Amino acid sequence: MGPLRRAWQWFDDRSGASKAIGPVATHAVPRGSAWSWALGSATLFAFLVQVVTGIGLATAYVTSTADAYQSLQFISHQATFGGLIRGMHYWGASAMVLFIGLHMAQVFLIAAYKFPRELNWLSGVALLGVTLAMGFTGQLLRWDQTAVWSVFVAAAQAGRAPIVGQALVHFILAGDTVGGATLTRFFAYHVFFVPALIFGLVGLHLFLVLYHGVSEPPKAGRPVDPKTYRSWYHEYLKTEGVPFWPDSAWRDVVVGVAMIVVLVGLALFVGAPELGKPPDPTLLDAYPRPDWYLLWYFAVLALLPTNLEDILILLLPAIAGVLLVSLPFLSNRGERSALRRPWAMGIVLMVIVMISTLWIKGDQAPWSPAFTAQALPPGVIQNQANALASESVVTGAGLFHSKGCENCHMVAGYGGQRGPNLTTIGQRLSSSQMTTRILNGGNNMPAYGGNLTPDQLNALVAFLSSRRPPTVTQPGVVSGGSQ
Amino acid sequence: MATNTEVTPEVPVQEDKATLSRRQFLTKLSVGLSGVAAAIVGLPVVGFLLGPLFRRSPQEWRGVGAVDKFQVGQTIEVTFQDPSPLPWAGVAAGTAAWLRREGQDQFRAFAVNCTHLGCPVRWLPDASLFMCPCHGGVFYQDGKVAAGPPPHPLSEYKVRVNNGQVEILTSPTPIG
Repeated sequence: MGPLRRAWQWFDDRSGASKAIGPVATHAVPRGSAWSWALGSATLFAFLVQVVTGIGLATAYVTSTADAYQSLQFISHQATFGGLIRGMHYWGASAMVLFIGLHMAQVFLIAAYKFPRELNWLSGVALLGVTLAMGFTGQLLRWDQTAVWSVFVAAAQAGRAPIVGQALVHFILAGDTVGGATLTRFFAYHVFFVPALIFGLVGLHLFLVLYHGVSEPPKAGRPVDPKTYRSWYHEYLKTEGVPFWPDSAWRDVVVGVAMIVVLVGLALFVGAPELGKPPDPTLLDAYPRPDWYLLWYFAVLALLPTNLEDILILLLPAIAGVLLVSLPFLSNRGERSALRRPWAMGIVLMVIVMISTLWIKGDQAPWSPAFTAQALPPGVIQNQANALASESVVTGAGLFHSKGCENCHMVAGYGGQRGPNLTTIGQRLSSSQMTTRILNGGNNMPAYGGNLTPDQLNALVAFLSSRRPPTVTQPGVVSGGSQ
Repeated sequence: MATNTEVTPEVPVQEDKATLSRRQFLTKLSVGLSGVAAAIVGLPVVGFLLGPLFRRSPQEWRGVGAVDKFQVGQTIEVTFQDPSPLPWAGVAAGTAAWLRREGQDQFRAFAVNCTHLGCPVRWLPDASLFMCPCHGGVFYQDGKVAAGPPPHPLSEYKVRVNNGQVEILTSPTPIG
């Protein structure tokens, strides 16, 4: 026996490693688990990537509102492998959110939350919550202009809570306003409090997986009966069980390694988002938006009916939480196969479509004014083929830009999307209708009555009246409208 | 090499009344003492975390410029320092406001936070409107809501003219 083997045997005898880990590694799991069974492990792999890269980042990150931004610039652009590690941490966060969402959808589709695995589901719901908390607090640690204003946005949302709203605002800001204490708080949440919760919840989740066993692939016509399930599952494993290691674990390893390779690739070739402007609350040209995984919620906040916003801004997350928590209590027996639960497939599909649609809307953000809209070029202002626009039309086009109309209205592809597209408004509204609308506002438009001289109003109306679709007067000749 | 198969031998069961009573007492004692220890360590930390809820910064008048610097009818951004910034706050110690001069000694200072979700509103001088980039809230020059989701007019700071200087009274960030 070689010295290494003797050393291992000594260590194993004194530590009990084989006896402790062996039964766990080789416990029986159902045969025939698909690749989708590895989604939970992939989430765990992503979390471990976050732990390792997070520790690396923490060695250079300065937790001070005065210096955090510069320390991140150092990490991103000067430290050895700093950009790579930050990129892996960024994409690792994305992977963690993505895989926990997919894992949850898969568990829902195969109804693995049913008896006796209700607590597995509940600990998973808690893990979803703390994962999103990690994503949000991590975005704030970027501590650039967007991060600072995101703190204000988070505090403003919490401030809508009745009675305790202002207390929550002070708690989130760690004071009366964003200041020196704010960042250190979020740093502590991100690297101590929430990870501690995650470690505890992951431990509980894994223990429950071992305690109740990995759920078997569902089969139509084989419902869960709490009275007989445990004994049935025990017998089932005798014939259909295989040792977790390596018969099932190899898929987890392959998925985990593939994910890590992809993360490194993304970190190398795409990288983490570049930092924005410095975290100075007096720089007001900010446009705080969340990272992609919360962009859909950014859209929700924009699309809520104004009169119900105070209620819905708090009620919607609460309803989502209650639904997720109550699921295993509403239905913990019966069919598990998605084929016998078409509503389950419908719900997953609906959630995917809803979040995707909101995500696209959040990315486009048509409700945001286009502050960077360029003044309309002469080619667009010119309203008749082969003829120069009149002086008042040109003046009106200038006012359309300078008075902020273009921030919300689009003409011939220029301008914002918040209000109606005015490319052909001259065909839809008369001059008097336009005048009334401009002076009085309405339908989510400011009234310009006190902000335009009569000449300016006439010029603006002249410009808008000139916006008409092209009309074909004879074959091959087009007149009117934009170019 | 001998291996130990009985690392933790079973404790002999003694079920006489005195032993059970003693065990119950020791169980309660251990749980109680653990709770006391957790409270001794945990309560100060919880109090430390909740401290901001009960601590208010003093309000201070901060000068933002000489009166002559501002033209009647003009709205411009002014910046000032928080009342009691922490030494390591750096740029985070600053706050901005939109200051509007309405008359000889009449000034109004609007908070830069949109009343919808706290994003920074921008002033469009030609349009005489404040616009919010996040969800499209719009306010008139007097701070009233002109369009979009904001539920309230822009918040205002107290302003005074003192020895030819315009001064703003600091206050907690008006959000929520």
